[in-house]
Amino acid sequence: MTNVTNGRPLSPHLQIYKFEPTMAMSIIHRITGGALYFGTILVAAWLVAAASGKETFDWVNGIYGSIIGQIVLFGYTWAMIHHLLGGLRHIAWDLGYGFEKHFANKLARLSFISSITLTILVWIAIFIVR
Amino acid sequence: MDMRTPLAKVRGLGSAKSGTEHFWRVRTTAVVLVPLILFYIVFLISHAGAPYEVVVASLANPFVCVITALTIVATIVHMQLGMEEIIQDYIHSEGLKVALLLLNAFFSLFIGGLCLFAALKIAFAG
Repeated sequence: MTNVTNGRPLSPHLQIYKFEPTMAMSIIHRITGGALYFGTILVAAWLVAAASGKETFDWVNGIYGSIIGQIVLFGYTWAMIHHLLGGLRHIAWDLGYGFEKHFANKLARLSFISSITLTILVWIAIFIVR
Repeated sequence: MDMRTPLAKVRGLGSAKSGTEHFWRVRTTAVVLVPLILFYIVFLISHAGAPYEVVVASLANPFVCVITALTIVATIVHMQLGMEEIIQDYIHSEGLKVALLLLNAFFSLFIGGLCLFAALKIAFAG
């Protein structure tokens, strides 16, 4: 079964097409999904710490509250919001809306910018609250 | 000429024998997760820098605990299906693929089990 495509034409792939915002969003959607997958370790650690007692909780909170911890959590927040907005776009497409080329590209740009804006707003709110 | 049997056609499950099940479960869990995650974003903002006692008291609230449990269940289903798609797309060697799919199932269930136990322990035992 090796080399089954030998001599046969291959379907065009990423490097053939002109780069479009929707392509970038598709790639980022998958990457953020993967990041959120492994990020569940952070959520599990936090919940287990909260269930373990004050000492463990304060220890984990201390790590998450450090500069590096906050950078990671900022990235986690962005990945979550980006994946969420990307998901909403996919739902719209699944329902048959938003396929027009220029609109799809505009929406891709808009959701990328919104994901960053919303992440910053969430963190401004976090710094105001605490 | 169509070689498919009438039964296969009416079942509409295709060559993988599972039809649109994977697609459908990804979408249903995604839709469910939208309000759940929005709730959690607000919850976490309002508890930023809160001391242990306050956080645990909030997590022990029956309403919050149910939301937490639902978020965990929907999340582990969604993440396992998503990672399954990534593995099937990029891993072409059969042995490694099966191994990673198993690892994916173990990891998702393990994370889910840990989170569910923690959430319930906080609610019932403090």
